[in-house]
Amino acid sequence: MGEQGVDETILEVQGVHTFIGQHHILQGISFDAKADAVTVLIGRNGAGKSTALKTVIGLLPSSKGKIIYKGKEIQKNRPFEIARMGIGFVPENMGIFSELTVEENMRVAMLVENEATARRLDRTLEMFADLKKFWKAKAGNLSGGQKQMLAIARAIVNDTSLLLIDEPSKGLAPIIVDAVIDAINRIKEHSVVVLVEQNFYMASSVGDYFFILDDGMVAHAGHVEALIQDEALQSKYLGISEAEE
Amino acid sequence: MAESILRRWNQELTIAGAIVLLLLPLIGIQPKTYLTLTIAGIAMGMLLFLVASGVSIIFGLMDVLNFAHGALFAWGAYVGFTVFKYLMKWVVADSVLQNLAVFFIAIVAAMVAVALLGVVLERVIVRRVYGNHLFQILITFGATIVLVELIRVFWGPNDETMTVPLTFAGNWDIMDVIVYRYRVICIVIGAMVYAVLQLILKKTKLGTIVRAGVEDRDMVQAMGHNIYLLFTGVFAVGAGLAALGGLAMSIFSLQVYPDMGGTYLLFAFIVVIIGGLGSVTGSLVGALIVGLTYNYVAYLVPWAAAGVNILIMIIILLIRPTGLFAAGK
Ligand SMILES: Nc1ncnc2c1ncn2[C@@H]1O[C@H](COP(=O)(O)OP(=O)(O)OP(=O)(O)O)[C@@H](O)[C@H]1O
Ligand SMILES: [Mg+2]
Repeated sequence: MGEQGVDETILEVQGVHTFIGQHHILQGISFDAKADAVTVLIGRNGAGKSTALKTVIGLLPSSKGKIIYKGKEIQKNRPFEIARMGIGFVPENMGIFSELTVEENMRVAMLVENEATARRLDRTLEMFADLKKFWKAKAGNLSGGQKQMLAIARAIVNDTSLLLIDEPSKGLAPIIVDAVIDAINRIKEHSVVVLVEQNFYMASSVGDYFFILDDGMVAHAGHVEALIQDEALQSKYLGISEAEE
Repeated sequence: MAESILRRWNQELTIAGAIVLLLLPLIGIQPKTYLTLTIAGIAMGMLLFLVASGVSIIFGLMDVLNFAHGALFAWGAYVGFTVFKYLMKWVVADSVLQNLAVFFIAIVAAMVAVALLGVVLERVIVRRVYGNHLFQILITFGATIVLVELIRVFWGPNDETMTVPLTFAGNWDIMDVIVYRYRVICIVIGAMVYAVLQLILKKTKLGTIVRAGVEDRDMVQAMGHNIYLLFTGVFAVGAGLAALGGLAMSIFSLQVYPDMGGTYLLFAFIVVIIGGLGSVTGSLVGALIVGLTYNYVAYLVPWAAAGVNILIMIIILLIRPTGLFAAGK
């Protein structure tokens, strides 16, 4: 966790290229995540946001560039090694094990089962009361919002310093989006977050810094407050006019 | 809730249908013969289950089609054959204890030796072709040729006779129904393996991680679990089960021969396609279906015995392409 100072950078992605099959998806992308902040990656469909997160966690290999986490290059590490360094991942499809119960989903997520984990589990279940309610139920039967809660809960039950969350608002009703925003605002207190988000309302509610991705490269970056002011930029890359209040 | 009522109704209908199908052969078979055939069918099913469960879990977790499973089956039989050869005194001794001991030693030796072989196979060969089914088929087929040739080198090219430990030979006559002892042993072994597998998969953390991996390998990795170690472990367990199946089958059929894996591998694939790839319970149910039908049909219409299971497989593929059970169950 970032006790050392506000400006400390926990993750630095430097000129990373990623291919999926023959396709050159990330074309020298650079962004970073500062301690004690939420960094939002925004951009059109197909811009490469999910690819960027998958490259950081190691599920997609980068062909060029560096990924530096806590001062250490991790671009050659395998996903389980990267996860064990304290990076949690919530994928776009949530990655719920639907044949397993909610409890089993949480158990698979817990890397060490000690007192500290038990305490984090309590804290997590207090945050997402529905999970407690459906503790023994098959995860596949949860609602979309509950699944998203489970996906986030699995990622924060470990001692993570960095969370990568891919579009948690996708397909959720506005009231549930508010619950997710609350959750992320609380997670922010103990972990750095990199959030992929198309929902501008959500991005602006939780984000501190933003990076706009376009065609596998970063087109713009800055403070989220500046983005809120800049309607030209919003309409160019986000195509939004009716951002909810 | 209409859906769940429908589902329950559907389930009851399936069970009722299964019972009717199971009793159907009674039309053409005398009840006592029917019982003997049923026990034979369940015994054969249990042996097929040992081979099929490995194929199924390996495919479910690793997405690997392992054609070398048949060769591992044969290796298990030959390792057991060697143990029997050196401890033949115990095999033929009129002592339940010595018979059981040599059987147990043969099982452990076959399973451990072939599990190690499985580790080598996974590390050296299979690991290189993850994600590519065509290469998997070609390369594991190649491995089969090598493994079978090695059997010829170590044990010779000819059929060898397998001896049944004395206690397991012969039969009981229970109210005029002939019950072969060894078939009962096979049923007990199969049931025990199923129970242990279920216990591990459902009750331990490792088993839960394996079931999670069957659903989403990437997610399990991204949660910090060493999926490669898991792959090797599961491959070794699958190989060990194939070895147990091979040993048990060789005692059943009283022989070992280098090519013995081929036939049973075909049966195993039929079983997993019927039961559903990736499901242990599916493998058990599929294996019992195949074992029972084979025995009933072989008695009634001998020439159709081999074909009928392929027919069942095709029918199931048409109604339920994913097999009877979902992966991970
Ligand atoms: N498996 C794949 N094979 C080929 N191309 C892929 C694959 N996965 C993604 N792509 C391509 O990579 C590009 C970036 O995809 P990515 O999922 O990273 O976009 P995204 O910014 O997350 O989009 P969205 O907002 O729709 O989630 C897209 O053009 C997509 O078509
Ligand atoms: Mg995406």
